[in-house]
Amino acid sequence: MNLLEVERLNRSFGGQPALHDISFTVPKGQRLGIIGRSGAGKSTLLRCLSGLDRPQSGRILLEGEDMAILPEAKLVLLRRRIGLVFQHFNLLNARTIAANVALPLQIAGRPKAERNKRVMELLELVGLADHAGKYPAMLSGGQKQRIGIARALAAHPALLLCDEATSALDPETTQTILALLADINRVLGLTVVFITHEMDVVRSLAQQVLVLEKGRIVSRGKPADILDANQLAAVLPPNLSQTPQDGSHAIVRLTVTTQAVFTPLLHTLEQQCQASFALLHTFPNPEGEGLVDVVVQTDGLSVATMNALQAHACAAEVIGYVPAHS
Amino acid sequence: MSRLILDLLWRATAETLEMVLASGALAVAGGLPLAVLLVLTSPSGLYPLPLLSRLVGGVVDAVRAVPFIILLVLLIPFTRMVVGTALGTTAAIVPLSIAAIPYFARIAEVSLREVDTGLVDAVRAMGGTRWMVVRYVLLPESLPGLISGFTVTLVTLVGASAMAGAIGAGGLGDLAIRYGYQRFNTTVMFGVVAVLVALVMVLQAVGNFLAHTLRHTNSGRAE
Repeated sequence: MNLLEVERLNRSFGGQPALHDISFTVPKGQRLGIIGRSGAGKSTLLRCLSGLDRPQSGRILLEGEDMAILPEAKLVLLRRRIGLVFQHFNLLNARTIAANVALPLQIAGRPKAERNKRVMELLELVGLADHAGKYPAMLSGGQKQRIGIARALAAHPALLLCDEATSALDPETTQTILALLADINRVLGLTVVFITHEMDVVRSLAQQVLVLEKGRIVSRGKPADILDANQLAAVLPPNLSQTPQDGSHAIVRLTVTTQAVFTPLLHTLEQQCQASFALLHTFPNPEGEGLVDVVVQTDGLSVATMNALQAHACAAEVIGYVPAHS
Repeated sequence: MSRLILDLLWRATAETLEMVLASGALAVAGGLPLAVLLVLTSPSGLYPLPLLSRLVGGVVDAVRAVPFIILLVLLIPFTRMVVGTALGTTAAIVPLSIAAIPYFARIAEVSLREVDTGLVDAVRAMGGTRWMVVRYVLLPESLPGLISGFTVTLVTLVGASAMAGAIGAGGLGDLAIRYGYQRFNTTVMFGVVAVLVALVMVLQAVGNFLAHTLRHTNSGRAE
Protein backbone atom coordinates (compact mmCIF):
# COMPACT_ATOMS: atom_id res chain seq x y z
CA MET A 1 0.00 0.00 0.00
CA ASN A 2 1.27 3.44 -0.85
CA LEU A 3 1.42 5.84 2.06
CA LEU A 4 2.26 8.82 -0.10
CA GLU A 5 1.40 9.42 -3.74
CA VAL A 6 2.55 12.50 -5.58
CA GLU A 7 1.11 13.13 -9.01
CA ARG A 8 2.23 15.73 -11.54
CA LEU A 9 3.15 18.27 -8.93
CA ASN A 10 3.90 21.79 -10.18
CA ARG A 11 4.99 24.75 -8.11
CA SER A 12 6.39 28.02 -9.39
CA PHE A 13 7.37 31.29 -7.77
CA GLY A 14 6.55 34.42 -9.73
CA GLY A 15 6.38 32.53 -13.04
CA GLN A 16 9.69 30.79 -12.36
CA PRO A 17 8.98 27.05 -12.13
CA ALA A 18 10.53 25.44 -9.05
CA LEU A 19 8.96 22.00 -9.43
CA HIS A 20 7.89 20.52 -12.73
CA ASP A 21 5.60 17.50 -13.09
CA ILE A 22 6.92 15.66 -10.06
CA SER A 23 5.35 12.22 -9.65
CA PHE A 24 6.37 9.43 -7.30
CA THR A 25 4.93 7.04 -4.75
CA VAL A 26 6.22 5.91 -1.39
CA PRO A 27 5.06 2.53 -0.10
CA LYS A 28 4.44 2.20 3.63
CA GLY A 29 7.65 1.50 5.54
CA GLN A 30 10.02 2.63 2.80
CA ARG A 31 13.03 4.93 3.11
CA LEU A 32 13.05 7.30 0.16
CA GLY A 33 15.92 9.68 -0.45
CA ILE A 34 15.54 12.78 -2.59
CA ILE A 35 18.89 14.11 -3.67
CA GLY A 36 19.77 17.22 -5.59
CA ARG A 37 22.02 20.25 -5.65
CA SER A 38 20.94 23.46 -3.98
CA GLY A 39 18.34 25.15 -6.14
CA ALA A 40 17.11 21.84 -7.52
CA GLY A 41 13.75 22.30 -5.81
CA LYS A 42 14.30 19.97 -2.85
CA SER A 43 13.15 22.41 -0.21
CA THR A 44 10.11 23.45 -2.21
CA LEU A 45 9.15 19.80 -2.62
CA LEU A 46 9.58 19.16 1.09
CA ARG A 47 7.48 22.18 2.01
CA CYS A 48 4.73 20.86 -0.26
CA LEU A 49 4.98 17.37 1.24
CA SER A 50 4.80 18.73 4.77
CA GLY A 51 1.76 20.83 3.98
CA LEU A 52 3.53 24.14 4.64
CA ASP A 53 3.17 25.18 1.02
CA ARG A 54 0.63 24.32 -1.67
CA PRO A 55 1.47 23.36 -5.25
CA GLN A 56 -0.22 25.18 -8.14
CA SER A 57 -1.33 21.90 -9.64
CA GLY A 58 -1.03 18.20 -8.99
CA ARG A 59 -2.00 15.95 -6.13
CA ILE A 60 -0.26 14.96 -2.90
CA LEU A 61 -2.11 12.03 -1.39
CA LEU A 62 -1.17 11.14 2.17
CA GLU A 63 -3.16 8.14 3.33
CA GLY A 64 -5.61 8.95 0.54
CA GLU A 65 -6.19 12.63 1.44
CA ASP A 66 -5.08 15.25 -1.05
CA MET A 67 -2.95 17.83 0.75
CA ALA A 68 -2.89 20.08 -2.31
CA ILE A 69 -6.57 21.01 -2.09
CA LEU A 70 -7.54 20.18 1.49
CA PRO A 71 -9.07 23.21 3.28
CA GLU A 72 -6.73 24.82 5.82
CA ALA A 73 -8.71 23.60 8.83
CA LYS A 74 -8.38 19.97 7.71
CA LEU A 75 -4.81 20.40 6.53
CA VAL A 76 -3.87 21.43 10.07
CA LEU A 77 -5.11 18.05 11.28
CA LEU A 78 -3.41 16.14 8.47
CA ARG A 79 -0.07 17.80 9.31
CA ARG A 80 -0.23 16.03 12.66
CA ARG A 81 0.25 12.78 10.72
CA ILE A 82 3.66 14.02 9.56
CA GLY A 83 6.82 14.39 11.63
CA LEU A 84 9.30 16.93 10.31
CA VAL A 85 13.02 16.97 11.16
CA PHE A 86 14.87 20.19 10.33
CA GLN A 87 18.42 20.94 9.29
CA HIS A 88 18.78 23.53 12.04
CA PHE A 89 16.73 21.52 14.57
CA ASN A 90 14.26 24.38 15.21
CA LEU A 91 13.82 23.62 18.89
CA LEU A 92 12.03 26.19 21.02
CA ASN A 93 14.64 27.91 23.20
CA ALA A 94 12.17 28.90 25.88
CA ARG A 95 11.09 25.29 26.49
CA THR A 96 12.94 22.48 28.18
CA ILE A 97 13.90 19.39 26.21
CA ALA A 98 10.93 17.50 27.65
CA ALA A 99 8.54 20.35 26.83
CA ASN A 100 9.89 20.51 23.27
CA VAL A 101 9.24 16.81 22.74
CA ALA A 102 5.80 17.15 24.34
CA LEU A 103 4.76 20.02 22.05
CA PRO A 104 3.18 17.97 19.23
CA LEU A 105 1.13 16.10 21.84
CA GLN A 106 0.11 19.35 23.49
CA ILE A 107 -0.97 20.64 20.08
CA ALA A 108 -2.96 17.46 19.51
CA GLY A 109 -4.66 18.07 22.87
CA ARG A 110 -3.39 14.96 24.66
CA PRO A 111 -3.74 14.80 28.46
CA LYS A 112 -0.69 15.65 30.56
CA ALA A 113 -0.13 12.16 31.98
CA GLU A 114 -0.02 10.64 28.52
CA ARG A 115 2.35 13.38 27.33
CA ASN A 116 4.80 12.79 30.16
CA LYS A 117 4.83 9.05 29.59
CA ARG A 118 5.39 9.43 25.85
CA VAL A 119 8.13 12.02 26.35
CA MET A 120 10.12 9.71 28.62
CA GLU A 121 9.65 6.85 26.15
CA LEU A 122 11.02 8.99 23.30
CA LEU A 123 13.90 10.42 25.30
CA GLU A 124 14.88 6.82 26.12
CA LEU A 125 14.63 5.94 22.44
CA VAL A 126 17.04 8.71 21.40
CA GLY A 127 19.27 8.13 24.42
CA LEU A 128 18.84 11.51 26.11
CA ALA A 129 16.63 10.65 29.08
CA ASP A 130 18.98 12.44 31.52
CA HIS A 131 18.57 15.73 29.71
CA ALA A 132 14.80 16.15 30.07
CA GLY A 133 15.00 19.28 32.23
CA LYS A 134 17.71 21.06 30.23
CA TYR A 135 17.23 23.78 27.67
CA PRO A 136 18.19 23.32 23.99
CA ALA A 137 21.05 25.83 24.26
CA MET A 138 22.84 23.44 26.62
CA LEU A 139 22.98 20.60 24.08
CA SER A 140 25.40 19.83 21.26
CA GLY A 141 24.26 19.76 17.61
CA GLY A 142 23.91 15.99 17.52
CA GLN A 143 21.92 15.97 20.76
CA LYS A 144 19.67 18.73 19.45
CA GLN A 145 18.95 16.69 16.33
CA ARG A 146 18.10 13.65 18.49
CA ILE A 147 15.59 15.83 20.30
CA GLY A 148 14.34 17.07 16.93
CA ILE A 149 13.76 13.45 15.90
CA ALA A 150 12.11 12.56 19.21
CA ARG A 151 9.80 15.54 18.80
CA ALA A 152 8.94 14.54 15.22
CA LEU A 153 7.97 11.07 16.46
CA ALA A 154 5.95 12.25 19.45
CA ALA A 155 2.48 12.24 17.94
CA HIS A 156 2.90 8.83 16.24
CA PRO A 157 3.19 10.21 12.71
CA ALA A 158 2.57 8.08 9.63
CA LEU A 159 5.40 9.75 7.76
CA LEU A 160 8.76 11.13 8.87
CA LEU A 161 10.15 13.91 6.66
CA CYS A 162 13.78 14.92 7.09
CA ASP A 163 15.01 18.19 5.63
CA GLU A 164 18.81 17.97 5.35
CA ALA A 165 18.71 16.46 8.83
CA THR A 166 22.46 15.85 9.01
CA SER A 167 23.81 18.75 6.96
CA ALA A 168 24.66 20.84 10.01
CA LEU A 169 26.46 17.98 11.76
CA ASP A 170 30.01 16.62 11.68
CA PRO A 171 30.67 13.26 9.92
CA GLU A 172 30.63 11.08 13.05
CA THR A 173 27.48 12.65 14.44
CA THR A 174 25.95 12.27 10.98
CA GLN A 175 26.59 8.53 11.16
CA THR A 176 24.90 8.19 14.56
CA ILE A 177 21.88 10.19 13.43
CA LEU A 178 21.57 8.10 10.25
CA ALA A 179 21.79 4.92 12.33
CA LEU A 180 19.06 6.26 14.59
CA LEU A 181 16.82 7.05 11.61
CA ALA A 182 17.42 3.59 10.12
CA ASP A 183 16.58 2.03 13.51
CA ILE A 184 13.37 4.01 13.79
CA ASN A 185 12.37 2.91 10.30
CA ARG A 186 13.12 -0.73 11.11
CA VAL A 187 11.69 -0.91 14.61
CA LEU A 188 8.62 1.28 14.17
CA GLY A 189 8.06 0.49 10.50
CA LEU A 190 7.82 4.21 9.92
CA THR A 191 7.98 5.56 6.37
CA VAL A 192 10.89 7.98 5.99
CA VAL A 193 11.31 10.54 3.22
CA PHE A 194 14.47 12.59 3.42
CA ILE A 195 16.04 15.22 1.23
CA THR A 196 19.74 15.81 1.15
CA HIS A 197 22.59 16.94 -1.04
CA GLU A 198 24.98 14.38 0.42
CA MET A 199 25.62 11.17 -1.55
CA ASP A 200 26.80 9.40 1.61
CA VAL A 201 23.48 9.98 3.35
CA VAL A 202 21.57 8.47 0.44
CA ARG A 203 24.00 5.56 0.28
CA SER A 204 23.59 4.62 3.91
CA LEU A 205 19.89 5.34 4.43
CA ALA A 206 17.86 5.21 1.22
CA GLN A 207 16.11 2.19 -0.27
CA GLN A 208 14.91 4.23 -3.22
CA VAL A 209 16.31 7.47 -4.59
CA LEU A 210 14.93 10.32 -6.65
CA VAL A 211 17.44 12.64 -8.27
CA LEU A 212 16.09 16.15 -8.59
CA GLU A 213 17.58 18.60 -11.03
CA LYS A 214 16.17 22.00 -11.98
CA GLY A 215 12.78 21.07 -10.55
CA ARG A 216 12.45 17.77 -12.40
CA ILE A 217 13.09 14.17 -11.44
CA VAL A 218 15.96 13.18 -13.73
CA SER A 219 16.43 9.64 -12.46
CA ARG A 220 15.06 7.23 -9.91
CA GLY A 221 15.92 3.79 -8.66
CA LYS A 222 18.00 1.96 -6.08
CA PRO A 223 20.80 4.02 -4.55
CA ALA A 224 23.47 1.64 -5.83
CA ASP A 225 22.35 1.98 -9.44
CA ILE A 226 21.84 5.71 -9.31
CA LEU A 227 25.06 6.54 -7.55
CA ASP A 228 26.90 4.07 -9.73
CA ALA A 229 25.60 5.59 -12.91
CA ASN A 230 26.37 9.09 -11.65
CA GLN A 231 29.92 8.26 -10.61
CA LEU A 232 30.68 6.26 -13.71
CA ALA A 233 29.36 8.94 -16.01
CA ALA A 234 31.76 11.37 -14.43
CA VAL A 235 34.89 9.30 -15.17
CA LEU A 236 34.08 7.69 -18.52
CA PRO A 237 35.60 9.12 -21.69
CA PRO A 238 33.08 11.18 -23.67
CA ASN A 239 33.57 9.19 -26.91
CA LEU A 240 32.36 5.93 -25.38
CA SER A 241 30.35 3.70 -27.73
CA GLN A 242 28.37 0.58 -26.97
CA THR A 243 29.70 -1.47 -29.91
CA PRO A 244 33.29 -2.53 -30.56
CA GLN A 245 35.01 -1.14 -33.63
CA ASP A 246 38.08 -2.41 -35.38
CA GLY A 247 41.02 -2.01 -33.01
CA SER A 248 39.00 -0.24 -30.34
CA HIS A 249 39.83 -0.61 -26.66
CA ALA A 250 37.34 -1.92 -24.13
CA ILE A 251 36.42 -0.16 -20.89
CA VAL A 252 35.87 -2.73 -18.16
CA ARG A 253 34.66 -2.29 -14.64
CA LEU A 254 36.06 -4.72 -12.12
CA THR A 255 34.62 -5.05 -8.65
CA VAL A 256 37.36 -6.23 -6.31
CA THR A 257 37.79 -6.57 -2.57
CA THR A 258 39.86 -3.90 -0.84
CA GLN A 259 42.55 -6.54 -0.22
CA ALA A 260 43.02 -6.95 -3.97
CA VAL A 261 44.12 -3.34 -4.15
CA PHE A 262 47.31 -4.32 -2.34
CA THR A 263 48.20 -7.04 -4.91
CA PRO A 264 49.76 -6.23 -8.29
CA LEU A 265 46.40 -6.90 -9.93
CA LEU A 266 46.92 -5.20 -13.28
CA HIS A 267 50.43 -6.60 -13.60
CA THR A 268 49.16 -10.15 -12.97
CA LEU A 269 46.40 -9.65 -15.53
CA GLU A 270 48.80 -8.31 -18.15
CA GLN A 271 51.04 -11.34 -17.70
CA GLN A 272 48.16 -13.77 -17.84
CA CYS A 273 46.21 -12.27 -20.76
CA GLN A 274 49.03 -10.91 -22.89
CA ALA A 275 47.16 -7.59 -23.05
CA SER A 276 47.75 -4.13 -21.62
CA PHE A 277 45.57 -2.66 -18.91
CA ALA A 278 45.39 1.05 -18.15
CA LEU A 279 43.85 2.18 -14.92
CA LEU A 280 41.20 4.87 -15.47
CA HIS A 281 39.55 5.26 -12.10
CA THR A 282 38.67 3.61 -8.82
CA PHE A 283 35.85 4.35 -6.43
CA PRO A 284 34.14 2.61 -3.53
CA ASN A 285 31.47 0.19 -4.63
CA PRO A 286 28.12 1.61 -3.55
CA GLU A 287 26.68 -1.79 -2.77
CA GLY A 288 29.03 -3.15 -0.22
CA GLU A 289 31.59 -2.40 2.42
CA GLY A 290 35.09 -3.53 1.52
CA LEU A 291 34.48 -3.52 -2.21
CA VAL A 292 36.16 -1.25 -4.74
CA ASP A 293 35.22 -0.60 -8.35
CA VAL A 294 38.18 -0.39 -10.69
CA VAL A 295 37.66 0.98 -14.20
CA VAL A 296 40.32 -0.11 -16.66
CA GLN A 297 40.93 0.23 -20.37
CA THR A 298 42.36 -2.76 -22.26
CA ASP A 299 43.45 -3.41 -25.83
CA GLY A 300 42.96 -7.16 -25.72
CA LEU A 301 39.41 -8.06 -24.88
CA SER A 302 38.59 -11.72 -25.53
CA VAL A 303 36.68 -14.53 -23.92
CA ALA A 304 39.91 -15.69 -22.30
CA THR A 305 40.55 -12.21 -20.94
CA MET A 306 37.04 -11.97 -19.49
CA ASN A 307 37.48 -15.37 -17.84
CA ALA A 308 40.75 -14.26 -16.32
CA LEU A 309 39.18 -11.02 -15.13
CA GLN A 310 36.26 -12.83 -13.57
CA ALA A 311 38.66 -15.18 -11.79
CA HIS A 312 40.53 -12.27 -10.18
CA ALA A 313 37.59 -9.98 -9.40
CA CYS A 314 34.22 -10.43 -7.76
CA ALA A 315 32.61 -9.09 -10.92
CA ALA A 316 33.72 -7.84 -14.32
CA GLU A 317 31.55 -5.92 -16.75
CA VAL A 318 32.29 -4.35 -20.12
CA ILE A 319 30.94 -0.84 -20.03
CA GLY A 320 31.78 0.22 -23.58
CA TYR A 321 34.44 0.79 -26.20
CA VAL A 322 36.65 3.69 -27.15
CA PRO A 323 38.86 4.13 -30.20
CA ALA A 324 42.50 3.17 -29.59
CA HIS A 325 44.83 5.99 -28.45
CA SER A 326 42.04 7.99 -26.93
CA MET B 1 16.13 67.98 54.33
CA SER B 2 13.10 68.73 56.46
CA ARG B 3 10.50 66.19 57.41
CA LEU B 4 7.97 68.13 55.29
CA ILE B 5 10.03 67.89 52.11
CA LEU B 6 10.65 64.19 52.69
CA ASP B 7 6.91 63.66 53.01
CA LEU B 8 6.34 65.55 49.78
CA LEU B 9 9.01 63.51 48.00
CA TRP B 10 7.56 60.28 49.30
CA ARG B 11 4.04 61.12 48.16
CA ALA B 12 5.25 62.32 44.77
CA THR B 13 7.23 59.10 44.26
CA ALA B 14 4.17 57.01 45.07
CA GLU B 15 2.12 59.03 42.58
CA THR B 16 4.76 58.66 39.86
CA LEU B 17 4.95 54.93 40.48
CA GLU B 18 1.18 54.68 40.30
CA MET B 19 1.09 56.50 36.97
CA VAL B 20 4.03 54.59 35.48
CA LEU B 21 2.92 51.12 36.56
CA ALA B 22 -0.76 51.60 35.69
CA SER B 23 -0.04 53.05 32.26
CA GLY B 24 2.73 50.46 31.76
CA ALA B 25 0.24 47.68 32.41
CA LEU B 26 -2.23 49.27 30.00
CA ALA B 27 0.56 49.67 27.44
CA VAL B 28 1.12 45.90 27.50
CA ALA B 29 -2.60 45.12 27.53
CA GLY B 30 -3.14 47.32 24.48
CA GLY B 31 0.26 47.26 22.78
CA LEU B 32 1.00 43.54 22.78
CA PRO B 33 -2.21 42.54 20.94
CA LEU B 34 -1.53 45.36 18.48
CA ALA B 35 2.01 44.08 17.94
CA VAL B 36 0.75 40.52 17.37
CA LEU B 37 -1.86 41.91 14.97
CA LEU B 38 0.80 43.88 13.07
CA VAL B 39 3.05 40.81 12.77
CA LEU B 40 0.29 38.38 11.78
CA THR B 41 -1.36 40.65 9.21
CA SER B 42 1.83 41.86 7.56
CA PRO B 43 2.24 40.65 3.94
CA SER B 44 4.71 37.93 5.01
CA GLY B 45 2.75 37.08 8.15
CA LEU B 46 0.63 34.06 9.03
CA TYR B 47 -2.63 35.88 8.32
CA PRO B 48 -1.72 38.36 5.59
CA LEU B 49 -4.15 41.29 5.47
CA PRO B 50 -1.91 44.03 4.09
CA LEU B 51 -4.63 46.68 4.14
CA LEU B 52 -5.46 46.16 7.82
CA SER B 53 -1.77 45.96 8.64
CA ARG B 54 -1.08 49.30 6.95
CA LEU B 55 -4.12 50.91 8.56
CA VAL B 56 -3.18 49.83 12.09
CA GLY B 57 0.46 50.70 11.45
CA GLY B 58 -0.62 54.16 10.26
CA VAL B 59 -2.69 54.85 13.37
CA VAL B 60 0.13 53.63 15.61
CA ASP B 61 2.64 55.92 13.91
CA ALA B 62 0.23 58.88 13.92
CA VAL B 63 -0.17 58.70 17.70
CA ARG B 64 3.59 58.32 18.13
CA ALA B 65 4.17 61.38 15.96
CA VAL B 66 2.31 63.70 18.35
CA PRO B 67 4.60 65.16 21.03
CA PHE B 68 3.44 63.99 24.45
CA ILE B 69 2.82 67.46 25.83
CA ILE B 70 0.46 68.15 22.89
CA LEU B 71 -1.22 64.78 23.29
CA LEU B 72 -1.89 65.63 26.93
CA VAL B 73 -3.83 68.70 25.93
CA LEU B 74 -5.54 67.12 22.92
CA LEU B 75 -6.82 64.27 25.06
CA ILE B 76 -8.32 66.43 27.83
CA PRO B 77 -11.93 65.99 26.60
CA PHE B 78 -11.42 62.25 26.20
CA THR B 79 -9.82 61.97 29.64
CA ARG B 80 -12.73 63.87 31.16
CA MET B 81 -15.12 61.46 29.47
CA VAL B 82 -13.29 58.38 30.78
CA VAL B 83 -12.42 59.34 34.38
CA GLY B 84 -14.69 62.35 34.91
CA THR B 85 -11.85 64.81 35.42
CA ALA B 86 -8.76 65.97 33.55
CA LEU B 87 -6.83 66.69 36.74
CA GLY B 88 -4.84 64.45 39.04
CA THR B 89 -2.92 61.21 38.94
CA THR B 90 -5.71 58.96 37.70
CA ALA B 91 -6.52 61.38 34.90
CA ALA B 92 -2.88 61.39 33.77
CA ILE B 93 -2.95 57.63 33.34
CA VAL B 94 -5.23 58.06 30.30
CA PRO B 95 -2.89 60.14 28.08
CA LEU B 96 0.14 58.23 29.37
CA SER B 97 -1.43 54.92 28.30
CA ILE B 98 -2.53 56.30 24.95
CA ALA B 99 1.03 57.40 24.28
CA ALA B 100 2.60 54.19 25.63
CA ILE B 101 0.38 51.70 23.77
CA PRO B 102 1.69 52.48 20.25
CA TYR B 103 5.20 52.96 21.62
CA PHE B 104 5.25 49.51 23.18
CA ALA B 105 3.42 48.02 20.16
CA ARG B 106 6.28 49.00 17.83
CA ILE B 107 8.95 47.79 20.27
CA ALA B 108 7.13 44.48 20.81
CA GLU B 109 6.64 44.11 17.07
CA VAL B 110 10.41 44.16 16.55
CA SER B 111 10.89 41.42 19.17
CA LEU B 112 8.13 39.28 17.66
CA ARG B 113 9.59 39.63 14.18
CA GLU B 114 12.98 38.46 15.41
CA VAL B 115 11.60 35.02 16.26
CA ASP B 116 13.18 32.46 13.90
CA THR B 117 10.69 31.61 11.13
CA GLY B 118 11.95 28.03 11.36
CA LEU B 119 10.27 27.76 14.76
CA VAL B 120 7.01 28.99 13.30
CA ASP B 121 7.35 26.39 10.54
CA ALA B 122 8.07 23.70 13.12
CA VAL B 123 4.86 24.35 15.03
CA ARG B 124 2.82 24.76 11.86
CA ALA B 125 4.23 21.47 10.54
CA MET B 126 3.18 19.79 13.79
CA GLY B 127 -0.37 20.80 12.97
CA GLY B 128 -0.46 23.86 15.18
CA THR B 129 -3.12 26.48 14.45
CA ARG B 130 -2.15 30.13 14.03
CA TRP B 131 -3.26 30.78 17.58
CA MET B 132 -0.94 28.00 18.78
CA VAL B 133 1.92 29.59 16.87
CA VAL B 134 1.30 32.83 18.78
CA ARG B 135 0.82 31.01 22.08
CA TYR B 136 3.69 28.49 21.88
CA VAL B 137 6.22 30.22 19.64
CA LEU B 138 5.90 33.97 19.13
CA LEU B 139 5.15 35.03 22.72
CA PRO B 140 7.40 32.65 24.71
CA GLU B 141 10.32 32.86 22.30
CA SER B 142 10.28 36.66 22.25
CA LEU B 143 9.63 37.03 25.99
CA PRO B 144 13.17 38.18 26.90
CA GLY B 145 12.98 40.80 24.14
CA LEU B 146 9.47 41.81 25.20
CA ILE B 147 10.66 42.32 28.77
CA SER B 148 13.59 44.45 27.62
CA GLY B 149 11.15 46.46 25.51
CA PHE B 150 8.77 46.82 28.44
CA THR B 151 11.63 48.13 30.57
CA VAL B 152 12.42 50.77 27.95
CA THR B 153 8.72 51.69 27.88
CA LEU B 154 8.60 52.07 31.67
CA VAL B 155 11.66 54.31 31.71
CA THR B 156 10.12 56.46 28.98
CA LEU B 157 6.92 56.60 31.03
CA VAL B 158 8.86 57.88 34.06
CA GLY B 159 9.96 60.82 31.92
CA ALA B 160 6.54 61.34 30.38
CA SER B 161 4.80 61.23 33.77
CA ALA B 162 6.91 64.22 34.84
CA MET B 163 5.48 66.13 31.90
CA ALA B 164 1.98 65.17 32.97
CA GLY B 165 2.66 67.34 36.00
CA ALA B 166 1.91 70.22 33.68
CA ILE B 167 -1.79 69.35 33.79
CA GLY B 168 -1.74 68.88 37.53
CA ALA B 169 -1.12 65.18 37.57
CA GLY B 170 1.02 65.24 40.67
CA GLY B 171 4.07 63.04 40.95
CA LEU B 172 7.77 63.84 40.91
CA GLY B 173 7.69 66.10 37.87
CA ASP B 174 4.95 68.24 39.39
CA LEU B 175 6.92 68.50 42.63
CA ALA B 176 10.09 69.53 40.85
CA ILE B 177 8.36 72.23 38.85
CA ARG B 178 6.27 73.76 41.60
CA TYR B 179 8.72 73.56 44.50
CA GLY B 180 12.08 73.22 42.81
CA TYR B 181 11.66 75.56 39.86
CA GLN B 182 8.92 78.05 40.73
CA ARG B 183 9.99 78.43 44.40
CA PHE B 184 13.73 78.13 43.76
CA ASN B 185 13.98 75.23 46.21
CA THR B 186 17.19 73.54 45.04
CA THR B 187 16.97 70.85 47.71
CA VAL B 188 13.66 69.60 46.35
CA MET B 189 14.98 69.78 42.78
CA PHE B 190 18.01 67.63 43.62
CA GLY B 191 15.89 65.30 45.71
CA VAL B 192 13.52 64.71 42.79
CA VAL B 193 16.36 64.14 40.35
CA ALA B 194 18.02 61.68 42.76
CA VAL B 195 14.78 59.73 43.18
CA LEU B 196 14.20 59.67 39.40
CA VAL B 197 17.72 58.43 38.72
CA ALA B 198 17.38 55.72 41.37
CA LEU B 199 13.95 54.72 40.04
CA VAL B 200 15.17 54.33 36.46
CA MET B 201 18.24 52.38 37.56
CA VAL B 202 16.17 49.95 39.62
CA LEU B 203 13.65 49.46 36.79
CA GLN B 204 16.44 48.82 34.29
CA ALA B 205 18.27 46.40 36.61
CA VAL B 206 15.13 44.37 37.28
CA GLY B 207 14.33 44.32 33.56
CA ASN B 208 17.84 43.19 32.64
CA PHE B 209 17.79 40.47 35.27
CA LEU B 210 14.45 39.06 34.11
CA ALA B 211 15.38 39.20 30.42
CA HIS B 212 18.68 37.44 31.10
CA THR B 213 17.14 34.73 33.28
CA LEU B 214 14.48 33.94 30.69
CA ARG B 215 16.88 33.79 27.78
CA HIS B 216 18.10 30.24 28.57
CA THR B 217 21.05 30.45 26.24
CA ASN B 218 24.24 28.67 27.22
CA SER B 219 23.75 29.36 30.89
CA GLY B 220 24.57 25.81 31.94
CA ARG B 221 27.40 24.98 29.61
CA ALA B 222 30.53 26.78 28.52
CA GLU B 223 31.19 26.27 24.84
